[in-house]
Amino acid sequence: MKKIIVGMGTCGLSAGAQPVYDKLEELAEKHPEACVLDITGCIGMCFREPLVEIQDDTGRTIYGDVSETSAEEIFNEHILGGIKVDNDNVIYGVNKDGSTYGSEVSFLDLQERIVLRNCGIINPESIDDYEEIGGGYKGLKKALTAMTPDEIIQTMKSSGLRGRGGAGFPTGLKWSFAAANKGDTKYVVCNADEGDPGAFMDRSVLEGDPHAVLEGMIICGKAIGASFGYIYCRAEYPLAIERLEKAITAAKAKGYVGENIFNSGFTFNLKVKQGAGAFVCGEETALFASIEGERGMPRIRPPFPAEKGLWQKPTNNNNVETFANVPWIIANGAEAYSSIGTEKSPGTKVFALAGKVAKGGLAEVPMGTTIEQLVFNIGGGIKDNGEFKAVQMGGPSGGCIPADQKTTPVDFESIPATGAIMGSGGMVVMDQGTCMVGIARFFLDFTQSESCGKCTFCRIGTLRMLEILDRITRGEGIPSDIEKLQKLSIQIKEASLCGLGQTAPNPVQTTIRYYLNEYKAHIEDKKCPAGECEALVDFVIIPEKCVGCTLCARNCPVDAIEGKVKEIHIIDQEKCVKCGKCITSCNFSAVVKR
Amino acid sequence: MKTAAKKENFNYRLWKYDGAPGELIPLLQSAQEHFGYVPRRAITYISGVTNIPESDIYGVITFYSQFRLQPMGKYVVRACAGTACHVSGAKAIINTVEDELGVEVGDTSEDGLFTFLTVACIGCCSLAPVIMVNDETHGRLTPASLRKILKEYRRKGKKNAEGAVGAP
Repeated sequence: MKKIIVGMGTCGLSAGAQPVYDKLEELAEKHPEACVLDITGCIGMCFREPLVEIQDDTGRTIYGDVSETSAEEIFNEHILGGIKVDNDNVIYGVNKDGSTYGSEVSFLDLQERIVLRNCGIINPESIDDYEEIGGGYKGLKKALTAMTPDEIIQTMKSSGLRGRGGAGFPTGLKWSFAAANKGDTKYVVCNADEGDPGAFMDRSVLEGDPHAVLEGMIICGKAIGASFGYIYCRAEYPLAIERLEKAITAAKAKGYVGENIFNSGFTFNLKVKQGAGAFVCGEETALFASIEGERGMPRIRPPFPAEKGLWQKPTNNNNVETFANVPWIIANGAEAYSSIGTEKSPGTKVFALAGKVAKGGLAEVPMGTTIEQLVFNIGGGIKDNGEFKAVQMGGPSGGCIPADQKTTPVDFESIPATGAIMGSGGMVVMDQGTCMVGIARFFLDFTQSESCGKCTFCRIGTLRMLEILDRITRGEGIPSDIEKLQKLSIQIKEASLCGLGQTAPNPVQTTIRYYLNEYKAHIEDKKCPAGECEALVDFVIIPEKCVGCTLCARNCPVDAIEGKVKEIHIIDQEKCVKCGKCITSCNFSAVVKR
Repeated sequence: MKTAAKKENFNYRLWKYDGAPGELIPLLQSAQEHFGYVPRRAITYISGVTNIPESDIYGVITFYSQFRLQPMGKYVVRACAGTACHVSGAKAIINTVEDELGVEVGDTSEDGLFTFLTVACIGCCSLAPVIMVNDETHGRLTPASLRKILKEYRRKGKKNAEGAVGAP
């Protein structure tokens, strides 16, 4: 029997997976003898969504860019006719002998998948799939029936796993702190408040393999002596929340969550808490405040969460990716994990490739892989044959790494040396058209509005920095601005309580470090080399693209555009106020900034 | 499914409230689910049941970007302003929405059809630039394709409104 699997993560659904699924369902109902239809999460190849996989006796075939029409074609030819549709849309295939082929074969074959082991393979809403195909809950059984809490912690320590939320604190060590604190009530918290703009690793894991996260949390509960866990998930991920709730219900029915799990006498229960939209709640003490129903403002540490965390009880908090690693490590042993990656940063890391990269999606690679390998070998280089300028890592807390440092390996030692941070795995690729002052301004704008307001330097200092960056991008910068930015950066870092303030100046500091010339061009020459800052560029109409529809001229508020019907239009630079109305009104993308 | 529906219900949640700590945010979320925003009377109501001062509740509401104190339009347009969308031209997209709908970020159009917001990241960065209209996501936008999409929603919204007036 053939099996059809449709990728139904948020990325697939946004690209139109639902109508494709409906079409296939309609066809499958007519031919119930021919196939079964199932769903799966995101396999990571978001750039070719919607994806449809067909499994038959020849192996697996994944089709990309599927529409309702091509779904019908695939159904008729492959399912009913038994012949693969032979074109560029076959993006990945696996033969019976394990050999692979397809137009995007390099994207998957260069990866090493531990966290994403089941994403895009199993039906995330089926606990049976997780157990039978993914080998799930074997780690939990081993941890509860054959290991003591000390042995679990020792295994985590020897595996060398470091927190995947960004800071890279050794997980085993963290667990041992919480385990050492005596108390009748302890908590396991999973941070699923993935707030970094440009990062979607955790969303894909929660949507594609929710049981792996639950299993990791339950094992952690056993190790530290906690019997209750919270998953704090951002409200912007409704599908992830829905699949987590379903996973908890299914795990309860099987006896993996609840009382006396595997007859070991161990009890563990779980609850999903929805965030309410505050970036600072990714900071663990702010996250606890939010679970407690308060304004999510960070608290002073010490006392550390291992001593007094949620509800003032000993608490262990890890992020989604960290927990998803745990069952694999317990099941396969610490050595299998520590043999991957580098000596000081073992294992793999999931990266979200986005921005100006040709193939945007999720890639899991061994630690120590270089930025170049990620962007070029896996990501396929720069979109539209653009020129690689920089990658931004670590979101608003991170920094930009310029193209000439593309051989930097991604691990917890090499990335901080560049001034950026590992962060949770967002990797936004930039080309020659991205203004680095604009990027710094973009992140400052974000952290400034997300600052909770508790610390003065973070609350007011980020605003002052934003004002300076604002005027630089408007062409009103003064020479002393760069020095002021640097001074404020140091002050904000020193005088802020939590990670948000301590890292908020990073995007500004790294761009000044690597792109001082661009700052100077804005301030001294009043030019934006990337051609992005509106006040500093000219708006021009490309003659070859203009069809003379007069729409831009009619929308121009200052009558700066001249031209007759069906004739090429011209913008009068003297009159132009650079409002950008012509760009947004043109139906032919004929207006550009230069 | 039945339990899920009950869980969403604001009155049911309030009735079920047993004094357990940490329930304020879920209560506010179900109030917003129920009314479309958090009206003044809901704050008073929640305060009465939970004994949390109204001022504290107001503090929590204004801290989190999810909560709204004003009614929202029929269609809530959320433009993604995440990093990937930013480098792929989110600014032109935001300008286009403002121009087409005649509202600024944070406002509701006069006819009550549209509320325009920006959001830090929707999480489908590979389809950038992206907007969400209620629960539907639209990706790989250009100003021209965006105008088409918004016009379609306006047409649908107006048609439904007329249909409602004409209905018996």
